[in-house]
Amino acid sequence: MAKPHITFHESQPAKAQGLLAWLHIDLPLMIALLLLVGIGLAILFSAGDKEMVLLHKQLIRLGFGFAVMVVLAQIHPDNFRRWSPWLYGLGILFLVLVILFGELGKGAQRWLDLGFVRFQPSEMFKLTLPMLIAWYLAEQRLPPSPSRLIAAALFTVLPVILIAKQPDLGTALLVGSGGAFALFLAGISWRLIAVGGILMAAMGPVTWYLMHDYQRQRVLTFLNPESDPLGTGYHIIQSKIAIGSGGISGKGWLNGTQSHLEFLPERHTDFIFAVISEEFGLVGVVALLMLYLFIILRGLYIASQAQDTFGRILAGALSLIFFVYLFVNAGMVTGLLPVVGVPLPLISYGGTSLVTILASFGILMSIQTHKKLLPT
Amino acid sequence: MPQSSLKDYLHESQLFLGRAIVSGTLVILALVALVGRLFFLQVENHEHFTTLSQDNRVKLEPLPPTRGLIFDRNGAILAQNLPAYSLEIIPEKTRNLTETIEQIGEIISITEDDIQRFHRLRKQRRRFDSIPIRVRLQEDEVARIAVHRHRFPGVDVKATLLRDYPQGLQTAHLLGYVGRINEKELQLIDTSNYSGTDFIGKNGVEKSYESLLHGAVGLQQVEVNAKGRVLRVLENQPPQPGNDLQLFLDMRLQSTALEALGEYNGAVVAIDIETGGVLTMVSKPGYNPNLFVEGISSRDYRALEESPDNPLFNRAIRGQYPPGSTVKPFIGLAGLEYDVVGFYQETYCPGYYQLPGKDHKYRDWKKWGHGKVDMAKGIIESCDVYYYELARTLGIDRLYEFLTGFGFGIPSRVDLDGELSGLMPSREWKQSKRREPWYPGETLIVGIGQGYFLATPLQLASATATLANRGHRIRPRVVATIEGPDGEKRDSPLIEDVLHQLDPEHWNQVIDAMTQVVEGQRGTARSIYTSNYRIAGKTGTAQVFSIKQDEEYDEETVAKRKRDHALFVAFAPVENPQIAIAVVVENGGHGGSVAAPIARKVMDRYLVDTPQAN
Repeated sequence: MAKPHITFHESQPAKAQGLLAWLHIDLPLMIALLLLVGIGLAILFSAGDKEMVLLHKQLIRLGFGFAVMVVLAQIHPDNFRRWSPWLYGLGILFLVLVILFGELGKGAQRWLDLGFVRFQPSEMFKLTLPMLIAWYLAEQRLPPSPSRLIAAALFTVLPVILIAKQPDLGTALLVGSGGAFALFLAGISWRLIAVGGILMAAMGPVTWYLMHDYQRQRVLTFLNPESDPLGTGYHIIQSKIAIGSGGISGKGWLNGTQSHLEFLPERHTDFIFAVISEEFGLVGVVALLMLYLFIILRGLYIASQAQDTFGRILAGALSLIFFVYLFVNAGMVTGLLPVVGVPLPLISYGGTSLVTILASFGILMSIQTHKKLLPT
Repeated sequence: MPQSSLKDYLHESQLFLGRAIVSGTLVILALVALVGRLFFLQVENHEHFTTLSQDNRVKLEPLPPTRGLIFDRNGAILAQNLPAYSLEIIPEKTRNLTETIEQIGEIISITEDDIQRFHRLRKQRRRFDSIPIRVRLQEDEVARIAVHRHRFPGVDVKATLLRDYPQGLQTAHLLGYVGRINEKELQLIDTSNYSGTDFIGKNGVEKSYESLLHGAVGLQQVEVNAKGRVLRVLENQPPQPGNDLQLFLDMRLQSTALEALGEYNGAVVAIDIETGGVLTMVSKPGYNPNLFVEGISSRDYRALEESPDNPLFNRAIRGQYPPGSTVKPFIGLAGLEYDVVGFYQETYCPGYYQLPGKDHKYRDWKKWGHGKVDMAKGIIESCDVYYYELARTLGIDRLYEFLTGFGFGIPSRVDLDGELSGLMPSREWKQSKRREPWYPGETLIVGIGQGYFLATPLQLASATATLANRGHRIRPRVVATIEGPDGEKRDSPLIEDVLHQLDPEHWNQVIDAMTQVVEGQRGTARSIYTSNYRIAGKTGTAQVFSIKQDEEYDEETVAKRKRDHALFVAFAPVENPQIAIAVVVENGGHGGSVAAPIARKVMDRYLVDTPQAN
């Protein structure tokens, strides 16, 4: 009597798990991502003032992004390791081509048109640089030797400089942090980290000298947004008003006056975090941050459970890049950090970074799901 | 080796785990900091940002009140607000301003003046303000613009209420006009009450009654988007329209007077004796006040300014003319009052007068003299010699005292801006202004209303009304009734001074003599005699330039502009005075033949209501 019942109940989840395992999908990560993307679409609907066209385009990008994720999840991590020097070399070549032949957009040279496809080579370094560092450092036992460290640092600095020259500060920052995280996770000594920190601080004035005028302006505006309330300070002032007026519980979905009355600029792209804060209040934002935190921690967990050093470093670095996206964007929108063009991951409207981020989760899933059973 | 590689593996795994935990902790700390920042913005400073958000979203928009209307005593409309379409451009929103204006010019007519005014206004406004390029669009022009509007971003047809003066130049000086508020006016007005108002009274009644006509501004709270576009009205406090004014003015008299002046320039002022109400106030030539409402072109303005006829000048209250013989009844009255002469006491007029011991001959207008003249004959035939003698006997001090009582030399304090006071000369005046003593000869000249003596047409009419009223001086006023937006009516106050408590017989004698001016066989204004009602009047002729001793004055050869001004003052009916009138015809020659018929036509219109062929 009871038997068919039991089989019925047990077979269904098992079947589903089987399918997911066959597709190399990590279920907790997948659920969290879908939830985040769903919330993102709801907010985009409000931020874009109920513009369905916007939503359709975003859905198409998400579909493409998830497809890329699933495809990458099927590839064995060993392949990534083998490809990483080639991918890195190709990326550097593309960056040089961008500088020589690239197309201009918004005052920066970022795009490369290969005839059949137009893309930003800088984007791929968010994946290939951690890959390369992970491959390079995993060849020897950790912690890495000083010579390896210097080489790894150079591998990081080269694309960062090329990207910063375009100029694309946001991507340079994300790529650079990817390299740094890979080094950190590889276990470089705390003393070296301290030295690196001091060096970075010393670089400050030099960086200031090398920065473009509009970048300097952003930093100055960040330090004192009220100095130019209608010019460069306008974004941050309006964004703080949106967030602050949201209060604890928010003005309600579709009821944000700052966004719907168009006071908040770039509300569906870089400043969408302010829309969330205005409409859902502190409660809503904290809930959203918890979801992000879950994804990051799940990524770090996958990293810690990875089978080899390459997988560990790569998975860890990719998870932390995702965090940098979140923190730089939210920090900018709340006025904690200067305005840097970094989108809110998986929620901001826009294609390139969306695909890159979902690709990185594909790699994470690949690392998680291609484990050989080891003798313990 | 497998042992050591496993150890390595465990070591690396442990090392990584440590770093991962550190990373995770840092991530959590960073997010806690972020939440702290959010708490600071959303909880601690929530009210501050809510206020800012409201400030962003809610704007106070002024609702301009509708300006009060102006009517004449019979309810004819003198000033109204007409809906008008104007084409406005927001310079900031156009692609190319010059090109846009050029292309619009191909669709509707845009004159050089329109473009000039546009650029003039543009300098005064901000880039995102809407500035009119064409005003008073015709309906077909509005339609043509509507068809092509998509081609012109930043260009829009606006419906506004424009002040309109249907009587045009007939009421130009009296009503004045409204125009755009200028810098100087901005200093004087309550800017919040005028926040939605573009126009302000510049002249005449429009200026003098500005505060009553304007009304009170309304306010509406509107929700706007970042571009300032109004999305919905949150709260509405309607404006309070201005008061309507009913004037004493009778449009029938106004047009009669203007028409009667014919080719001449001059002024006609008629006063309702009982109330002091101004029945007509004409200054000719006039101008079209409607030109000023939307900004007169500099060419039109220059033409008005530079015209030798001075059309912008309100002769009725600002024109200061020698009153000439029209002052004789007043001086006669002074003689009786100070008891220096009897009404029937005679003087001999040989055609000139000489001060004792002086050679200078003061001429009479009648070269061969009037012979024996008493006061009545002096008024009826306007004998100068009689009044030289009387003035000398009275002396300047008594003349000054008596004539100021009739309002000569002092502003009438009519309810209009810009009135001039005329001039009643005195010893003190001459000492302080000319630093010279008063000469006896000058007294003689004052006796025939010449010399320093100046009066405005309004003063002449008011003095005549006072005479008709037997010393009850009522302040002239233009506005009769003020009707508030709630329909409540207030009459303007009647202000009266009783100045001359004279022997009633004196009044009768002088008024009788004035009646004989019209009715007598030899009266200087006998041509205007009518059997319908009785008129008391006095002609006058004011010298514009002085003739030398022994020089002949020939009307025909003297250039028109140098000819004498013709004057006439009168009131009627004699038994029950209702209307007092003063007519000044510039370069008209004789008061009796030119000015008196004009007065007659106006009085006919008022008292008989049928124009009489003369």
